[in-house]
Amino acid sequence: MKRAIGLIFFCGTVCSAQPISSTELINKAREYDGKSVVYAGEVIGDVMARGDFVWVNVNDGENAIGIWLGKELAGEIQFAGSYHAKGDRLEIDGVFHRACIQHGGDVDIHAQDIRKISPGEPVREELDTRKRNFTFVLFGVLCLVLIFVRRQRSKESGFRTR
Amino acid sequence: MCCRVFLKTMILKPQLQDLKNIGYYSGKILIGIGLTMLVPMGIGLLFAEPNPALDFLIGAEIALIIGVILTRLCFTEQDLNWMQGMVVVSLSWLAAMLVGAIPLYLSGHWNSYLDACFETMSAFATTGLTLVQDLDHLSYAHNLWRHFASFIGGQGIVVIALCFFVKGVSGAFKMYVGEARDERVLPNVIDSSRFIWLVSIVYLILSTLVLGIVGMANGMRPANAFFHGACIFMAAFDTAGFAPQSQNILYYHSLLFEVVTVVIMLLGAMNFNLHYRIWTGDRREIWKNIESRVLCIIIAVMFLITLIGLSQIGSYPRTLVMFRKGFYQVISAHTTTGYATIYARQFIDDWGALALAGLICAMAFGSSSCSTAGGIKMLRLGIIVKGLQQDLKRIILPERAIVEQRLHHLKELFLEDKQVRAALLITVAYLALYGIGALVGMFYGYPFLDSLFESVSAAANVGLSCGITMPNMPVGLKLTYIVQMWAGRLEFMSVFALIGFFVAAIKGK
Repeated sequence: MKRAIGLIFFCGTVCSAQPISSTELINKAREYDGKSVVYAGEVIGDVMARGDFVWVNVNDGENAIGIWLGKELAGEIQFAGSYHAKGDRLEIDGVFHRACIQHGGDVDIHAQDIRKISPGEPVREELDTRKRNFTFVLFGVLCLVLIFVRRQRSKESGFRTR
Repeated sequence: MCCRVFLKTMILKPQLQDLKNIGYYSGKILIGIGLTMLVPMGIGLLFAEPNPALDFLIGAEIALIIGVILTRLCFTEQDLNWMQGMVVVSLSWLAAMLVGAIPLYLSGHWNSYLDACFETMSAFATTGLTLVQDLDHLSYAHNLWRHFASFIGGQGIVVIALCFFVKGVSGAFKMYVGEARDERVLPNVIDSSRFIWLVSIVYLILSTLVLGIVGMANGMRPANAFFHGACIFMAAFDTAGFAPQSQNILYYHSLLFEVVTVVIMLLGAMNFNLHYRIWTGDRREIWKNIESRVLCIIIAVMFLITLIGLSQIGSYPRTLVMFRKGFYQVISAHTTTGYATIYARQFIDDWGALALAGLICAMAFGSSSCSTAGGIKMLRLGIIVKGLQQDLKRIILPERAIVEQRLHHLKELFLEDKQVRAALLITVAYLALYGIGALVGMFYGYPFLDSLFESVSAAANVGLSCGITMPNMPVGLKLTYIVQMWAGRLEFMSVFALIGFFVAAIKGK
């Protein structure tokens, strides 16, 4: 009975819990070690499949932490953050490890459940016209300098041959 | 008093010809830097990143304009003397930093131009301390430049110029030495430079393939796997420690990736002369060489100290895990690479004072001379220990006894007092640089151990951080670390020559 009440209380705490920042997790790693946590952030880089599991790295804007999750959970992920894309934002319920025995002592979170808070999208890049114009100006200056240098050299070689 | 007067009158003001020589060769090196920026520009175009490509085109154009003007205004056919060669090297490194920072600053991922300069000096000096913001969204082009600049800086900015732009062998040698390469691999310094590049490019191709395959096996996309492979190789072989993602090596979650990077870091920390011996079939030299022996002994000692420190405070739940984490960090520190499989703050919170001391000593000692690594260097430590042995023998043995001390470094050598003096001088200079950086850190309110860790990391060109190096750290500390990285990479002589040059310009007659 006590266990059941404890479990209901624990589940309630996790479900209603605010995400913990990566800095808090890293700085107080011993405190959170082995505990259930809620962590949220953007998926970045690659979604790396390892057998029936997947590694994703999730960045909350302060640091990125590795999340170990089952392949079925990873199916939700469509975009991983990079220069070309904004990654999906996930909220992860899982167990935090300060030095995970299964993964060579890495700091990680073994996910039990994930929710997509907001979907990612490709980033469309527009050409910066100021940069483009500045490039043309500099190219012009470079050409002028090279022409000037060539003329000077040919003049000097002309003097020498005379 | 008489000597002082004599010395004062000895200081000669630099002449116009000195300035012309310095300007001419610095201009050539700037042209070289400008041309290298076309590589990340090409990568920008390849990965459909037009704005980053423009950033590099702007940087390249500025470098080329300044370089061409300097070579024209200062045109000379005279060869360099020692002072000019040293000044060219130290000035070129500063100029490379200022120019190389332009594309980084234009990307908007660095808070200020100073931060971009910090990053560029960190890259060229193969340190690996970073002030980048939101690295995980940085373009391929900018990311490549951070690693490619490490590759150029590790081999030597001047070495690359020697390969392509410099004809005079005598002046070339002075610049080669100025860039902390006091040993030639081959009799001709330009051939030595070319050999250094040959070794690096062969390893680049092989390691990129291996790391790319490992990355793909780890579940990375092929293009990403090979891009990361190339970047990680450049930063590991050149002992720089940059990585394309903010988690550094922790991003990959892979033992195999760690093993491959350890091998590359050790290759980068090896003297290029040893590479040459291995390439030419003389593998026994590795076991006979004083540097390899000292490196093995010190790695073992530092690893032991670190393990004792880690086990004392129970940092890791299992011995095997402790070995893996401890070994990787110690090798990374010793080879002055700076790759990490733990978060910066964990060094302070999880590692404890003894393990941290082991790591600080490993960083301070560094690796081999004539390699891409920084720090005091194993050869100097070996020479100092041999010198100490010689002095002890002199005390113990009868006065008439002739005491000879031998050491094996590429050939059998008799230890000379001047070698011991030179090794001690540079060692003292490094220790002073470590101390000054730590003092500045403490001045800004950081604890002693944190300040010392970060200072040694900057001055020995390591790049491991315990959390001080952040975009919001004080400007004074950023400038201190820039100077430390610069002086540490050039091993002081060129920097002293530059200071001497300015003193002569002011006080000389």
